[in-house]
Amino acid sequence: MGVEGIGASVVRKEDRRFTTGKGRYVDDIKLMGMTHAQFVRSPHAHAKVKSIDTSAAMKMPGVVAVLTGQQIVDDKVGNLICGWAITSKDGTPMKMGAWPAMAPETVRFVGQAVAVVIAETKNQAKDAAEAVVVDYEELPAAADIRAAIKPGAPQLHPEAPGNVIYDWTIGDEAATDAAFKSAANVVSLDITNNRLVPNAMEPRAAIGDYNEAEEHFTLYTTSQNPHVARLVLSAFYNIAPEHKLRVVAPDVGGGFGSKIFIYPEEMVALWASKKVGRPVKWTGDRSEAFLTDAHGRDHLTKAELALDAGNKITGLRVKTYANLGAYMSLFSSSVPTYLYATLLSGQYNIPNIFAEVISVYTNTTPVDAYRGAGRPEASFVVERLLETAARQLKVDPAELRRKNFITTFPHQTPVIMAYDVGDFGASLDAAMKAIDYAGFAGRKAKAKSEGKLRGIGLSCYIEACGIAPSKAVGSLGAGVGLWESAEVRVNPVGTIEILTGSHSHGQGHETTFCQLVAERLGVPISQVQIVHGDTDKVQFGMGTYGSRSAAVGLTAILKAMEKVESKAKKIAAHQLEASENDIVIEGGMFKVAGTDKSIALPMVALAAYTAHNLPDGMEPGLKEGAFYDPTNFTFPAGAYICELEVDSATGKTSFVNFVAADDFGRLINPMIVEGQVHGGLAQGIGQALLEGAVYDSSGQLVTASFMDYTMPRADDLPSFKLNHTTTLCPGNPLGVKGCGEAGAIGASAAVINAITDAIGNNKLEMPATPDRVWHAIHG
Amino acid sequence: MYETTYHRPSSVEEAAALFAKGSEAKYLAGGHTLIPVMKQRLAAPSDVIDLGKIKDLIGVDVSSDAVTIKAATTHSDVAQSGPAQKAIPALAYLASLIGDPAVRHRGTIGGSIANNDPAADYPAAVLALGATVKTNKRTISADDFFKGLFATALADGEIITAVTFPIPAKAGYAKFLHPASRFALTGVFVAKTKAGDVRVAATGASQNGVMRVPAIEAALKANWSAAALDGVNISADGLMSDIHGSSDYRANLIKVMAQRAVTAAG
Repeated sequence: MGVEGIGASVVRKEDRRFTTGKGRYVDDIKLMGMTHAQFVRSPHAHAKVKSIDTSAAMKMPGVVAVLTGQQIVDDKVGNLICGWAITSKDGTPMKMGAWPAMAPETVRFVGQAVAVVIAETKNQAKDAAEAVVVDYEELPAAADIRAAIKPGAPQLHPEAPGNVIYDWTIGDEAATDAAFKSAANVVSLDITNNRLVPNAMEPRAAIGDYNEAEEHFTLYTTSQNPHVARLVLSAFYNIAPEHKLRVVAPDVGGGFGSKIFIYPEEMVALWASKKVGRPVKWTGDRSEAFLTDAHGRDHLTKAELALDAGNKITGLRVKTYANLGAYMSLFSSSVPTYLYATLLSGQYNIPNIFAEVISVYTNTTPVDAYRGAGRPEASFVVERLLETAARQLKVDPAELRRKNFITTFPHQTPVIMAYDVGDFGASLDAAMKAIDYAGFAGRKAKAKSEGKLRGIGLSCYIEACGIAPSKAVGSLGAGVGLWESAEVRVNPVGTIEILTGSHSHGQGHETTFCQLVAERLGVPISQVQIVHGDTDKVQFGMGTYGSRSAAVGLTAILKAMEKVESKAKKIAAHQLEASENDIVIEGGMFKVAGTDKSIALPMVALAAYTAHNLPDGMEPGLKEGAFYDPTNFTFPAGAYICELEVDSATGKTSFVNFVAADDFGRLINPMIVEGQVHGGLAQGIGQALLEGAVYDSSGQLVTASFMDYTMPRADDLPSFKLNHTTTLCPGNPLGVKGCGEAGAIGASAAVINAITDAIGNNKLEMPATPDRVWHAIHG
Repeated sequence: MYETTYHRPSSVEEAAALFAKGSEAKYLAGGHTLIPVMKQRLAAPSDVIDLGKIKDLIGVDVSSDAVTIKAATTHSDVAQSGPAQKAIPALAYLASLIGDPAVRHRGTIGGSIANNDPAADYPAAVLALGATVKTNKRTISADDFFKGLFATALADGEIITAVTFPIPAKAGYAKFLHPASRFALTGVFVAKTKAGDVRVAATGASQNGVMRVPAIEAALKANWSAAALDGVNISADGLMSDIHGSSDYRANLIKVMAQRAVTAAG
């Protein structure tokens, strides 16, 4: 692998600028003549906007403009779209209500913008925003799923009667019902998957910059996928045609999915920039992040498992209500359907699965993809059911899982997914060994003698990553293809630039992608630059989410590398007067195999650009591009085991041990993989123990700051013990599967399984706060 | 944040004079409550008068029978004060539990008790130890100082200069952390005076802020031990109830934290 090649734990190149405060984020950008935007946001969860009086605000110092929702509608800026069409079981399309970038008539969640003030300074904009007088007529609100589906519930959108967006099913209902009829045992659970606020460290921000002379827009924004932003802004929002819109996503401080989507604030910054003829900057604060960043999860589920007399699973039946908030965010419809129900087979051979998903509108912040997106919800359902079944049947939870593991591949599940490879038994073995599973009973007894409640919980997760084969997702309703593009530029002196559509906002691409080049060409990574995040530089890209950057983005780079290497070999062969087939690349040298003749990469590159002596008919230059469309999803999988103690007097949970055994295929940089798993586990444990977005019945967000929303901190978490078992992914030449979401997908069930084991009571919702655990113990 | 005028007086007298001149002046101590609400535009003081740089307000004095903490002394300085640790270890320990290191290096005892947040730590120690609050105008006993949620006996413009804690025979503090804010979800301070009196105060629990807990005081006076509280029943009436803890959970925490505080006190 070499010291910097694939498999080496190379220190992250990008950390020098991040750890010295030299990162360049959107808010660091200051343009000549730049103005500042402050949004006027609804304090009500549901209200009619009767009038907006901007006259006083217009007279405030420094105010450049006050713009309202009606103006953005009048200017024919398009409503926000949802990019994945879901069809209900009755054949009707999903029922989508209109979402203008600022509300002209009706507000449907607290924090929705109705107007924007543009001023010389942020403080002046804030002062003037307070002087905008909005006359609201309050309407009754439906603040959660139960309230929204009740007969007579407040109606959010005329398009969606009863607030139901779609009622979608997957799987064979009749066959599944039959499996339940003939089952020896049935296990059922009611599950709440709690709502989460993403809370990336950097709040969202946007600068719109309109150049009137060229009729050209630039948007600087906190995006995980700048090309997708440009595509949507041009094709659907009528802001500007693609060739007149540049989108730049510079350093971005975390996304976790929440920065995939194109938000109203970005649209308004661009539109307002043209209106006022000056650049317009908006930087959200933490309160705005809580109220307006798309939230995650929020499911109510009834799940049932059917087993035969030999404890083999024969059927799984799931009914889920998913809260999509007040409007359908960009990929919201796909999260509780194709990213959720298709993973309900877990690691198990389940012959019959049927799932029904009913998505509903509520007067809350829109809900969309958040680290794992649908897969954590699925994994939680399956792994809670398996653990509950083991307890009900009085069998060892590890053995019940093992008995039902899929062991031959490829495996077609009843819910679309075709698992390509895996060794679930190996992951479980590794995790059980790491935590000394066999010794647990003794440890539990000893803890009991000391007055402590000790529990152990397993979670064997699987996820679908490497999103995604374009043809497949197109057939399921996606509005885009999910390939990736890359370009490899070898400069005349042999340094290399890699242009990629994958955006790095914490993942370490600027290091791992260089490692591929180091591996192939033997050049130091200091000679390689990764270029991303700018639609003027990179031809196209679908961005970073769904653990796709290595499996899809890096494979695209590999494809472009192969083209570059092929041309470079031809040039080297010509220079060395050898046969192209005899040229091998080693340590940055192109060598004639079996001889001492060689030429260094810089000399090959120089020859390509001087073009003095190239093979007949060859074009000058050394630069190639590639598009790569995956043939299947990838299927990272693994086993997590959590051992903990509960203080019965206070309900407080303390970790004893947390072990992970993940199968991510080939690891490019084990250190970065470890960091990704740590972060994912923190979010998964955060969901299980700490985090939960709570609205009151009027639709006010109770957990609207870190004083009430419990973000995981270092001292909330155990020291993780990570292990890897490896089956190489056959679907891509690198054999990689993706590691970004696994921790967040698998951890929650392990924690809840452990607590419920410790306290001997299976009724416990997330987040399992000390208060809830204490009540579960004491009633 | 709205526009305001920042002052950094060098004496308590100067601070009080500046306050009197301002139309809607506010004193600034550690700033952990005032600055966030100003940033959120929920407070708009005309003048902010920073007490943190007044030398006379900083320091810990320990005598044979009392520990006096001057008002602008940071939690960190109290937690690390050798003499305070020796005289009333529970008090130094309490200071070490407040917030996080950044908070402890800015936050002050005067700011904490003047604000009287219902979940702050210091009010529990002030009340349980029967401390005396000294101001630029008078001295106020702990029992008279706290007047409910965010309310105190302080008059408009009055400045706390120091808090004097009698050294007890025994004292202990146990805090159950609010998971998000790291204030006390419930914290209990127990103290046995040299004369044999027992005072117990709970913070984070009552809807009216810090409170004495007579049932626990009576039980401990009869028998200073954690076991003495096994049979004590704490009513949930009047206790706070929110997403982090119901009132019956907080009632339980009062008892459990009191037991742990007694154990810690020895």
